Amino acid sequence: MAEIVLDKVTKTYPDGARAVSDMDIQIADGEFVILVGPSGCGKSTALNMIAGLEDISDGELRIDGVRANEKAPKDRDIAMVFQSYALYPHMSVRENMAFPLRLAKMDDASVRAKVEEAASILDLTQHLDRRPSNLSGGQRQRVAMGRAIVRSPKAFLMDEPLSNLDAKLRGQMRTSVSKLQKQLGTTTVYVTHDQTEAMTLGDRVVVLRGGVVQQIGSPQFLYDQPANLFVAGFIGSPSMNFVPASLEDGALRSPLGTIPLGDRIRRLVEAADAPREVIAGIRPEHFEDAALLEEGHRGQGATFTAPVDVLESMGSEKYAYFTVEAPLASTAELQELAADAGASDVPGSGSTIVTRLSASSAAREGDNVEVWFDTDKLQLFDPSSGRNLTYSG
Amino acid sequence: MVMGTSTAARKARWAILDIIVVVYALVPVLWIASLSFKTKETLADGNFVPREWTLQNYAEIFATSEFIRPLINSIGIASIATLIAVVLGMMAAYAIARLDFPGKRTLIGVSLLIAMFPQISLVTPLFNIEHALGLFDTWPGLILPYITFALPLAIYTLSAFFREIPWELEKAAKMDGATPAQAFRRVIAPLAAPGVFTTAILVFIFAWNDFLFAISLTSTEASRTVPAALAFFTGTSQFEDPTGTISAAAVVITIPIIVFVLFFQRRIVAGLTSGAVKG
Repeated sequence: MAEIVLDKVTKTYPDGARAVSDMDIQIADGEFVILVGPSGCGKSTALNMIAGLEDISDGELRIDGVRANEKAPKDRDIAMVFQSYALYPHMSVRENMAFPLRLAKMDDASVRAKVEEAASILDLTQHLDRRPSNLSGGQRQRVAMGRAIVRSPKAFLMDEPLSNLDAKLRGQMRTSVSKLQKQLGTTTVYVTHDQTEAMTLGDRVVVLRGGVVQQIGSPQFLYDQPANLFVAGFIGSPSMNFVPASLEDGALRSPLGTIPLGDRIRRLVEAADAPREVIAGIRPEHFEDAALLEEGHRGQGATFTAPVDVLESMGSEKYAYFTVEAPLASTAELQELAADAGASDVPGSGSTIVTRLSASSAAREGDNVEVWFDTDKLQLFDPSSGRNLTYSG
Repeated sequence: MVMGTSTAARKARWAILDIIVVVYALVPVLWIASLSFKTKETLADGNFVPREWTLQNYAEIFATSEFIRPLINSIGIASIATLIAVVLGMMAAYAIARLDFPGKRTLIGVSLLIAMFPQISLVTPLFNIEHALGLFDTWPGLILPYITFALPLAIYTLSAFFREIPWELEKAAKMDGATPAQAFRRVIAPLAAPGVFTTAILVFIFAWNDFLFAISLTSTEASRTVPAALAFFTGTSQFEDPTGTISAAAVVITIPIIVFVLFFQRRIVAGLTSGAVKG
């Protein structure tokens, strides 16, 4: 149980490359914090610095109010779960889990009791005498968790612990990791590049880009109030749609038509001193098939009509993909997100708008559909700095 | 049925091939063994299987200090050289595999150079140096050159093994509360054990079999090892042929090697590291 504070922590490599710059994070006792970002954003480096596996070049790391920069990993009383699990292949599951306790010179009876307890929590009791090489991926993952929890450390650090599992198992393990953390109430820092894990697991999420913290907040807050274009594009699946637009006379001219702005957004935009050219972002679920809406509701938004390119029916909802005429918004942030996803159907890189329509929509591929969207949910961004102009947090 | 005959034929082909290889490799050894069991009268009769079996030759070599003393020297010198070379080699190999230190390339280059150096060209300078230092005809006088020439071999073999051990295991051990020494001893060393035993066998065989240094850097029984001592074997009289005793001695000195290999072979378990990471 401990509070972990990163105070302007910076990591500079000997070749001058900065992996992490001035990172300020305060992790409260018992909190579950997720570090998320595309590969190479410095999240693992940050975790290794908390663990003590990498030196901190500048700034201060405090665990329970005590400076820990110079402490060896073993003196920090922090357990870590590695992406590769790093189980000791020459030891049985029992010895693997007992290893930290044996190093702490605990007597045999307590070691036994603690290992059995951890094993029963993780449902590993019948595997205790097997070798890691004879276990399945999910079991190995649980052994790695078991090794972390046996000695009741001050904090858990998890470095993409689920990324080696297949999709179904990952979903199950995600739930059990979350339950386990609630049950134990231990401060946890969890690194992932998967925004779904970030959204579902954490109390708070830290979004990183190029070693710089972009935004810290609860998953819902990041989703509703992204501080900038990068966070907006990274959080959410499918991601937010971005289109270039210009502000004219209190209305927004965009490839989706001219959109009158509501009072709330207009005030925010004025307060933010917005430029004329902006990028408008809107999430797929803020679209709806106009035919399904009542007249009164329709008035709160704008509509556009376009042919459906692709329609994916998920049963509970339908994803309709449209092509817009104008070239879509493209900035450094969006290009980076696209490169990370390694695909072309990411925000701004193609010319596709993704919408989530209700399952009862009669939309068909190739047909023209009138699509309504909620103008109050629009987010406007400054193309040059990426700043969210409608941020009200 | 068709399958059955084809596997039988396959097995037969392999069996014949195996026998050829084994016979080719073992005939000289068996011949020496056969000679060592022959009596002095039947030594030159050319029979592969002795007509009259005798242990006389063995009794003779163990009756004099001419063989026992070099045997002790051999065991002592080879064991000490192996131990030191493996321990030093482990440290060097670990550093080479894990750390980035200035002069790493030079170290690897120099060790390779030593391995390639013709040993015969060093015998004369070594002889002079050891004379000057008083190391000539002592155990250290042989142990030192053996370590020198065995180290490159040890470093190369061991660093290959260390490289295969995932670095995350060490980080995990550190996180679990181990000091670097504990991490090395309880996690890295057990995993590198197959490599260590392989290296130990290779170094021991090298030191045990060496003749060049043994003959050049020793002069008395104080440090003469068996391969060198064999060359000085004489019969009970000047005119007697020592073939029988030399054969017996040759058989005796192969035994420790066989024992050594058999003993450590069980520990060389392949795939010990599998399961450390997702596989």
